[in-house]
Amino acid sequence: MMASSSRHANHQKMSGSLGRLEPMDVNETMLPGVGMRYEFTTVKGERFGMIAYRDGRMDLVSYSEDDPDECVGMVRLDRTEVETVAEIMGAPRITARIADLTREIPGLVSAQIDVPAESPFIGEQLGDTRCRTRTGASIVAMVRGSKVVSSPTPQERLAAGDVLVVIGTEAGIDEVRKLISGG
Amino acid sequence: MELEASILLELGVLLLVLTAMSGLAWRIGFSAAPLFLIAGLAAGEGGLIPFTHSFEFLEVAGGIGVLLLLLTLGLEFSAAEFTATMKRHAPTGVVDFVLNAPPGFIAGLLLGLDWRPSMALAGITWISSSGIIARLLSDLGRLGNRETPAVLSVLVLEDVAMAAYLPLLGAVLVGGHLVAGVLGSIIAVVITLAVIQLTRRTEKAANWLFTHDDEEQVLFRVLGITFAVAGLAELAGISAAVGAFLVGLAIPSPAAERVREILRPLRNLFAALFFFVFGLGIDPGELGPAMPAALALAFVTIFTKVGTGWFAAGRDGASVRGKLRAGTALIARGEFSIVIAGLAVAAGYVALGPVASAYVLIVAVVGPVLARSSDWLAAVFLKQPKPKSKPKRHRSRRHEEPESIGADDSAAGG
Repeated sequence: MMASSSRHANHQKMSGSLGRLEPMDVNETMLPGVGMRYEFTTVKGERFGMIAYRDGRMDLVSYSEDDPDECVGMVRLDRTEVETVAEIMGAPRITARIADLTREIPGLVSAQIDVPAESPFIGEQLGDTRCRTRTGASIVAMVRGSKVVSSPTPQERLAAGDVLVVIGTEAGIDEVRKLISGG
Repeated sequence: MELEASILLELGVLLLVLTAMSGLAWRIGFSAAPLFLIAGLAAGEGGLIPFTHSFEFLEVAGGIGVLLLLLTLGLEFSAAEFTATMKRHAPTGVVDFVLNAPPGFIAGLLLGLDWRPSMALAGITWISSSGIIARLLSDLGRLGNRETPAVLSVLVLEDVAMAAYLPLLGAVLVGGHLVAGVLGSIIAVVITLAVIQLTRRTEKAANWLFTHDDEEQVLFRVLGITFAVAGLAELAGISAAVGAFLVGLAIPSPAAERVREILRPLRNLFAALFFFVFGLGIDPGELGPAMPAALALAFVTIFTKVGTGWFAAGRDGASVRGKLRAGTALIARGEFSIVIAGLAVAAGYVALGPVASAYVLIVAVVGPVLARSSDWLAAVFLKQPKPKSKPKRHRSRRHEEPESIGADDSAAGG
């Protein structure tokens, strides 16, 4: 049943909204000269595949229920579209998960704070903001483009356009916002 | 440094014609290489435009085109992909060779050619066109299919086999004895393996050498090394093309991707000129008489390639329809068959030109057509109709999701 040079990889699957990890079988197949193919069967029994070209493009395919050999419907994404989809699926999911967490503890709020170009902390280390000492709120993640740095260290440097995910009280978060924008 | 107006005019007209050809190829979803060859056939002696003034330049450009084609072929190579393919599909490579090379060799002998150009014809019928086929699979949306890795494996194995075949052919064609050819081939294979081994060790250095912020630096370094190595290989009697291929192999992965991107426009231009010049050198009047032999050879080798694909896809457990899709996808021969024919013609075996080009033209056109209609062929000839696909059920997930979220929330929150 296995396709050529394929292997099963255990990817971590986030079940539900909180990060409870469950192993998930993803079939990885090398497509020589083209790129890689990833396939898995969803919980609902539908087979789904992603073809990642070497140059960053991607095809998303699904398989008909009667013929697992042949892919049917497909969407072709160019590099920018892949980036965008990854961003939509990746970064906000982290914040959504954190938002769910804060819902459980009364008084705790999470927010995303943009780092503006005129911020006095551009190029400075996160520790230099002394954010927690001053406001009581914690920076739990940094989103830079399509990359997410979760639990950033105090040595992490800020750049314009970064988005900080902050957890704290409503007032604390307001103070962080002021602090970061240099107000 | 003054260019003659006549040369400029010829090159201008030529490039405009090639533009139209490649536009047409793009529109109908075929490879442009055979169309460039047709353009070459139509021009030339007795043709529409003689291209006498720019011929010297075109010949050199064509030679550079061959080097760039093989350099980029080498760049495509990835050690990881090759090892994975060898593990799973080594027998496929043997079947591919045994089924597809002999028909060309036998046809060459039957046509009264010397055994040396017959060896070239064997290569022409053996090597499928990775360019046409990779494009075809992507266009037809078959990259997700089960049989596709098997098809691509055949292409990888053929590309690597070129490292042994080309030096053998090169040595034999320049008049060498078969023993000298085999020796040259062994030397080339040993060098190839050494280069592959070496690049694993010297990856860092090679990446450093071929990575630079300035595109010009990368371009000049790659071209300089390629031409120098190709020249040395030619002097050593193992053909310049092999030298270029080895340089491509030696450039490791992260750098190779950028090099490929930088070289692409240059490769496209010079490769197009090569296909054109090859056509230019052939008298269209000789194409007619060569047609019956080419047709017969095409007929036989269509079946042998289908057999290869059938075998390869079968190893991966594909269905009958999948096996036929794999087989028909492999029929197309193209750019590297023309490269092989070009080497033979350049070595003075001009008789090979017409039959080789007629053959490549036939399979380059018939291959994609058969590949496209393979499911229809399966239904008509193999009684394997397409399974009726149920209309896709669109389950509404939105209503189901919150419940499960709630359930997990409480579980993890506790």
